[in-house]
Amino acid sequence: MDSDDEAMSATTSDDGFGMEEDSMSFGEGSVGEIDMDEPDIGFDTQEKDFRPAKKAYEVDFTVYSPSDIQAQQDRQIEDVSNIIGQPHESTAILLRYSRWNKERLIESYMDRQEELLDKAGLGRDISGPPKIKKVNGFMCDICCEDRPGLETFAMKCNHRFCVSCYRRYLVQKIQDEGEAARIKCPGDSCDKIVDSKTLDLLVTADLRDRYHELLMRTYVDDKENLKWCPAPNCIYAVDCPVKARDLGKIVPTVKCECGYQFCFGCALSDHQPAACSLVKKWMKKCEDDSETANWISANTKECPKCVSTIEKNGGCNHMTCRKCRHEFCWMCMGVWSEHGTSWYNCNRYEEKSGSDARDAQAKSRQSLERYLHYYNRYANHEQSAKLDKDIFLKTEKKMTQLQSSSGMSWIEVQFLDAASQALQQCRQTLKWTYAFAYYLARNNQTEIFEDNQKDLEMAVENLSEMFEKPTDQIAGLKVEMMDKTAYCNKRRVILLDDTAVNLKQGNWAFNVEMS
Amino acid sequence: MANKRIMKEYAEVTNNPPAGCKISLENEGDMNLWNVVMDAPSDSIYAGGHFKIVIKLPKEYPFKPPVLNFKTKLYHPNVTNDENGSMCLGMLRPDEWKPPNKIADVLKLVRTVLAAPQPDDAVEQGIADQYKNDRKAFEKTAKDWVSKYAK
Repeated sequence: MDSDDEAMSATTSDDGFGMEEDSMSFGEGSVGEIDMDEPDIGFDTQEKDFRPAKKAYEVDFTVYSPSDIQAQQDRQIEDVSNIIGQPHESTAILLRYSRWNKERLIESYMDRQEELLDKAGLGRDISGPPKIKKVNGFMCDICCEDRPGLETFAMKCNHRFCVSCYRRYLVQKIQDEGEAARIKCPGDSCDKIVDSKTLDLLVTADLRDRYHELLMRTYVDDKENLKWCPAPNCIYAVDCPVKARDLGKIVPTVKCECGYQFCFGCALSDHQPAACSLVKKWMKKCEDDSETANWISANTKECPKCVSTIEKNGGCNHMTCRKCRHEFCWMCMGVWSEHGTSWYNCNRYEEKSGSDARDAQAKSRQSLERYLHYYNRYANHEQSAKLDKDIFLKTEKKMTQLQSSSGMSWIEVQFLDAASQALQQCRQTLKWTYAFAYYLARNNQTEIFEDNQKDLEMAVENLSEMFEKPTDQIAGLKVEMMDKTAYCNKRRVILLDDTAVNLKQGNWAFNVEMS
Repeated sequence: MANKRIMKEYAEVTNNPPAGCKISLENEGDMNLWNVVMDAPSDSIYAGGHFKIVIKLPKEYPFKPPVLNFKTKLYHPNVTNDENGSMCLGMLRPDEWKPPNKIADVLKLVRTVLAAPQPDDAVEQGIADQYKNDRKAFEKTAKDWVSKYAK
């Protein structure tokens, strides 16, 4: 397995997506791009430099843990804080307010400082820590409590409420509404943002954790180059420089620390070689009942006069529409009265009145068959991919059996695991090649693609077949199986590389808009 | 805790009701369901109409906004044209509501919106479009509905 993996990512020159870094613009609206030329203190980005040159279908990415993300935020806050001379807490609020766009923040801070502070809910005076106080003769405007010795709190905006109401308000916002970065002061029409110092003072530890988690969520959500791994219960985020506007040119598949492979563009499971927009179209097509409509148009005809849908269930060609009483010939779709006496035997094929209707009919039948061709193959691989879980469990069982029956060591039976993983991955790719092919218009490139597709499919089926062999034979097939596994992986790399190169160079022609 | 607040609010609006409003409890002893009869502002197209409004205070009140339903049918871009007669505008929205806001403030807002519909923030887009493009037709239907349902 290891050697195969090497083979997948080693070799070939990088012709590619390094361009993102070179051609970066530092203009407005390019959130976060500037991070890249900062020293990435404490992160393992250097690892990238040791990785072998990548294939056309591979993209640069880094996986970050929550503490990495926190450190990243803190570092940026620190940087900006030094530039604009605001304390850490206020800078954090400003950065969240400007959705972590440092350049825009600094610019607008320099140009319109007071307006910005006001809008971000910081007001003018921003010194001194918040405190809980007892105020004589105070009545809380929320609960109307006025007993002496009531603990109260207010931020700099001086909207004072009793501590328990303030607390409950924050709990409501954080727990029920999932808000964090933009919680406002509870005071009537006050826009001052509740800072995290205030939070720390008022709320319990578990809620504080939730609050910081939510802050981190908004940080990652606000950054174009960051995305949470969509796998259930996964805590990592992935950093990838591919922008939304590039998604027609590349399918940015990334692999999280947890092992899940997903598309950075649309967060769906790995769908190479089909671009995000095609995937979206394909899933919609397969999902809604547009194909039922296709069936109808292939198996029924419409009354040439009132366009009611009619399914002929036997009998004579002289049709009388039940709805509008129009009489026509089922064969040529022409008006019946023009038929003269040649009943039951329509020989008027060349007549104009019928040929248009027939053309539309044939077209829809063809398109249905075409769709079904690709869909069946797509669904077949999807089905097989779903069975992968079973296969994987069976593999594990087989591996233990092999260890005891043939005296092989744990290391020696790993080839089964490698084979099972190769199968899963190749089927995933194959599945999407059919969605890709459905939208592909014929040109010089398509033949190479279809050959690659056929080769990969054959390799996969060969390996899959061996996999089904009884356990006692498998030990003897080890070398052959390892060869076939390596071959599958190789075919997959070749196919993905070819599709990715041509996608990037715009050599594919599609029969739909790529948007 | 919230109870003290609700009692106080209720006492205030019964002693000093907001303009054009008569407030009572829907059921004796249930402080969370208020009954309001609102006379439309005399300078509005709904003039002469009396509208029954039920205000429900959620158990999280005042941390969550009250829910307001017109029980009298009303032709208005900001009130849903169904059996709920819901209005969800400005401070009635969960993200805009602040705990110190009072029911009396809400009723003031409702009366303002009766006098001046806000078609850009509509729940009934059809009525809003008519309000913007064919004010005469809008006013006619609104007035017809007042004499039909709100007398």
